[in-house]
Amino acid sequence: MLKFLLKKLGVLLPTFFGVTLVAFIFIRLLPGDPVLLLAGERGMTEERHAQLMAEFGFDRPVLEQYVTYVGNLVQGDLGKSIITKKPVTEEFFTLFPATLELSFCAILIAVFFGLPAGMIAATRRGSAFDHSVMAGALTGYSMPIFWWGLLLIILFSGTLGWTPVSGRISLLYYFEPVTGFMLIDSLLSGQSGAFSSALSHLILPSIVLATIPLAVIARQTRSAMLEVLGEDYVRTAKAKGLGPGRVIGIHALRNAMIPVITVIGLQVGVLFAGAILTETIFSWPGIGKWMVDSIFRRDYPSVQGGLLLIAAVVMLVNLVVDLLYGLVNPQIRHTD
Amino acid sequence: MSEASSIQDTLDTRAGGRMALLSEFWSYFSENRGAVMGLVFFVCIVLIAIFADFIAPHAPNHQYREAFLQPPFWQDGGSLRFPLGTDAVGRDLLSRLIYGSRFSLFIGCIVVSVSLFVGIFLGLCAGFFRGKVDTVIMRIMDVVLAFPSLLLALVLVALLGPSLINAMIAIAIVQQPHYVRLTRAAVMGEMTKDYVTAARVIGVKRLRLMFVTILPNCMAPLIVQAALSFSTAILDAAALGFLGMGAQPPTPEWGTMLAEAREFILRAWWVVTFPGLSILFTVLAINLMGDGLRDALDPKLKRS
Repeated sequence: MLKFLLKKLGVLLPTFFGVTLVAFIFIRLLPGDPVLLLAGERGMTEERHAQLMAEFGFDRPVLEQYVTYVGNLVQGDLGKSIITKKPVTEEFFTLFPATLELSFCAILIAVFFGLPAGMIAATRRGSAFDHSVMAGALTGYSMPIFWWGLLLIILFSGTLGWTPVSGRISLLYYFEPVTGFMLIDSLLSGQSGAFSSALSHLILPSIVLATIPLAVIARQTRSAMLEVLGEDYVRTAKAKGLGPGRVIGIHALRNAMIPVITVIGLQVGVLFAGAILTETIFSWPGIGKWMVDSIFRRDYPSVQGGLLLIAAVVMLVNLVVDLLYGLVNPQIRHTD
Repeated sequence: MSEASSIQDTLDTRAGGRMALLSEFWSYFSENRGAVMGLVFFVCIVLIAIFADFIAPHAPNHQYREAFLQPPFWQDGGSLRFPLGTDAVGRDLLSRLIYGSRFSLFIGCIVVSVSLFVGIFLGLCAGFFRGKVDTVIMRIMDVVLAFPSLLLALVLVALLGPSLINAMIAIAIVQQPHYVRLTRAAVMGEMTKDYVTAARVIGVKRLRLMFVTILPNCMAPLIVQAALSFSTAILDAAALGFLGMGAQPPTPEWGTMLAEAREFILRAWWVVTFPGLSILFTVLAINLMGDGLRDALDPKLKRS
């Protein structure tokens, strides 16, 4: 297992190196003077320009600049936001729990509905249920989720008036963040109605963000299940006289889960991409909206730092998924 | 039998074989009702895009000052003059949707052809030469894959400046790794086969070996990927347009239309609903086709 971990790290580290290079080059490829872009000051005098140039290190050789950049990076210094003047890492980790909470709820919804739907569809192959699951999954997979979000707002917020349109919690409630997760913090605050307010804000964005992972998980579970159901050991289990619940629930499901877990893990990148759109539509104060806003505000240090941190998170999660996969399926540890 | 006629026979069976393959493909493809429906719908969209000038009742950007936010014809206040209603500046929605199909198909075609060509080339090099070439290409692809696709596309557009062309370039770059990986895997699978060894022994030149001998046998997964990434390209371009980073107003691109319609969602449902439906149906049709293609081309599924 250690060898497996080292092998994975051996691929991951150069990739991360590449990611830092991308983030480093990004700010230098932008049209315009990088000093002006990074400082975000107007009407700069020439002395000030030279001073900042030295401060940011643009007067030194590119290689040295890169080494400095990585050096700062290792110490957790990703620069300061032009707009708020706060460190980018601080901004990122203040907003990160919001995205995490949203993504977590989305993946929960996706697994909770996607797994059983795929399983039942596989065991009743060709039935009306199977066809509707497949049709639904394909529709979900093809869904422009930014439009889907707007539709849900029209229906549930506009017409029915059930859910709020934006934000994480009603302005009526205020409490200091403890965990950063609104659902937990609202419970901890002890204010009546706070939890249901947080929940009602969370529900539509989670559904929107869950749509594509739900479709993918349902499809993947169905096909993994169908493959496993055709295996000899399932036939043997049936021949032994085991009931369908035991055959499907224990023998088949366990083996069908292996590819499904991988797919669930792979959805992390999809979730981040989805979060960009979902958070923008619902004004959800998370990383996705922050990135879009930073791009529009030309807050390039934030864009650069966010790009790097998001890639790091995605890579880390993929590593964990790979390791879990190796743990569940020893075969994978020994193949290329 | 003379030599000439035997060669003629071989050629005949070759041509016949190709026809048989095609008809076999079609029989598998047409078995899948969804795929055929998708194909029919897709052909309709293509026809609409080609003949937009004749079908659309109005010019896409003409503003009718007397008809702001007019509802569709079946609602009170709607008229058949603007069958699906008008938008906030009095443009005919149906005409804009019809012209919008051109942009979506254009985006799909360009993105897929660019990423297909570059991806095949890089993947072929990686799988054929292995070693350092392989490592360098694949590590670069890993880096691209480390970023969530839409985020990278967004940042690339921020770098290049928001426009439809730049959005297409960004999406093509983001989709690249999938083609490279698929091609590389397929090439590596083919390289171990006897016919490649045989071709080498005869002394077939390297480029010919790569592009003429091996590549055609790797096409099946690539065709499927091309179909599926056609739909992803349309979705991503619409998403970029929606975020204001794709096609710019007043271009009647569906995602851009949605962005413009956003502030009217609670007042005029039609300006939001129809562009989204157009995206959904087009993407759905292409995905249905892609599924049919995969079932028809994937030999693993064929056997079962």
